[in-house]
Amino acid sequence: MKDAIHDAMIITKRQILQLARVPELLVFSTIQPVMFVLLFRYVFGGSIDTGQPGGYVQLLMPGIFVQTVAFTLASTAVGLAEDMKKGLIDRFRSLPISRGAVIIGRTFGDALLNILVLAVMAAAGFAVGWRPTSGILQTTLAFLFLFMFGYALSWIGILVGLSVKEARTVQSVGFLVTFPLTFLSNAFAPTTGMPRALQYFAEWNPVSTMVAACRQLFGLENEFGATANSWPSQNPLETSLLYMVILMAIFIPLSIRKYNNYSN
Amino acid sequence: MKSVIAEHLVKTYRNGEVKALNDLSLDVEEGTVLGVLGPNGAGKTTTVRILATLLKPDSGSATVAGIDVIKHPDKVREQIGLSGQYAAVDETLTGWDNLVMFGRLYHLGRQSSIDRANDLLERFDLTEAARRPIKTYSGGMRRRLDLAASLIVKPKILFLDEPTTGLDPRGRQDMWQVIQELVKGGVTLLLTTQYLEEADQLADEIAVIDRGTVIARGTSDTLKKQVGGERLEITVEPADLDKTNQIVAKISGHATHVDLRTVSAPVLHGSKDLMEALRAMDDAKIHPLDIGLKRPSLDDVFLSLTGHVAEETVQEPVAKRKRGSKR
Repeated sequence: MKDAIHDAMIITKRQILQLARVPELLVFSTIQPVMFVLLFRYVFGGSIDTGQPGGYVQLLMPGIFVQTVAFTLASTAVGLAEDMKKGLIDRFRSLPISRGAVIIGRTFGDALLNILVLAVMAAAGFAVGWRPTSGILQTTLAFLFLFMFGYALSWIGILVGLSVKEARTVQSVGFLVTFPLTFLSNAFAPTTGMPRALQYFAEWNPVSTMVAACRQLFGLENEFGATANSWPSQNPLETSLLYMVILMAIFIPLSIRKYNNYSN
Repeated sequence: MKSVIAEHLVKTYRNGEVKALNDLSLDVEEGTVLGVLGPNGAGKTTTVRILATLLKPDSGSATVAGIDVIKHPDKVREQIGLSGQYAAVDETLTGWDNLVMFGRLYHLGRQSSIDRANDLLERFDLTEAARRPIKTYSGGMRRRLDLAASLIVKPKILFLDEPTTGLDPRGRQDMWQVIQELVKGGVTLLLTTQYLEEADQLADEIAVIDRGTVIARGTSDTLKKQVGGERLEITVEPADLDKTNQIVAKISGHATHVDLRTVSAPVLHGSKDLMEALRAMDDAKIHPLDIGLKRPSLDDVFLSLTGHVAEETVQEPVAKRKRGSKR
């Protein structure tokens, strides 16, 4: 176990080194979420009346935070698929290192990158008027939720990356999964305006419960629970936590098994 | 003692549709070099991947350093170094970064990893490029770095899968030199290649494989004798083809191979046979467009061993048609 963590850390360190050697990577991973903050804030912000104090940006920021960490799924998958294609994973697998260390290390690296990205986004949000009102403890808890959600999703990314062997396919698959998931939710607009069938989906969508949980933790009323009459929308914190546990319980063992057998 | 033994390996892909290995057996004596020679798709990489614990065979068994690769892959990994067809290193990192990372993954301490990286970079003539990202390296430099990465813990057994494929002649020469030095250091080496010349230069023994099985084994001299040593090759106008064929057949005493305008056959006495051929051609008043002796190529080895050339069968007719249409 000690060896496994040591080995995973070396792999994680490799990703940090990559960022140090190619700083553009860091710029591009943060520029897109910041761009979303600015676009949504100024394009939609003016015409959406939320009825909440502080305006649309208060509702928007949790949505964009969740959307951004959800894309970890795609970035983990793409990174892994590229390593596989270049033969780097084969090289790692021919070394006497602990089982699973290579993929555990990658999820750690992507999680670290998420911390940085979340910090940059929070700063951008603050600059355009976002103000959490719940105090330091609840705000920290919200970021912990976001961090964990990204981490849980990166394990789906590992399985996708190991299963689809072409990096470009992985990118498309990642977008195909994450775009509908983030838009068929309460992240940018209330679910009450959607057709009935979509409403059901949106209410049970983990992205919605995460967004609602974060809004609550940042000090907003749970409007989602007030308008939608389902258990997840009324208990977003518990539901989100449950989703994360379920995702990790399924995808961590599946991914590790797939990694150990992937070429057989 | 045998360092590597593979017995009756079978591996199929796509639910048995593609048979990559078909009862392949080979072994490598400790401290020697086995060259595994074969065309693309013959099963070279699959063999290496099984021996290096990256792939499980459908059936058959293999031991490396006396350890069963299927039952104890972890223990095998401690004994081997592997360098594949493509440089499997992190291209965004520098050469130094990569070697230190691999050292750490082999559980060398921080300082030992750094020392080892510096040693290897110097030994492979990469010190100047050490702090540059691998992306900026030439093909030869990448391969050398990749090889260096497989030597971090001084493995007793080394697998090199087509170490020079895609390199320019200079890069190939450098790589050969590096490999020869390694062999002098006593490492047991299994090397795959598409080039007879490479196997000739580096290997003590050669195993020729085709369609997933070993079709011939021996030293390079034995194999060349099997092919028939040098070949006499004469290119003439199509009208003279028949007469030329008779001349070549008489000198060679073996079956000739006739192409569109070229006749070739194995000969035993090299230049003496060539002169005889020239005289005979002159007597018959045939002007050869080209005449010469050819040393056996991999194609010749394959032709003689299998009756088909060492190309993927699908490519062969296409290539011929192209050649024909030019004329």
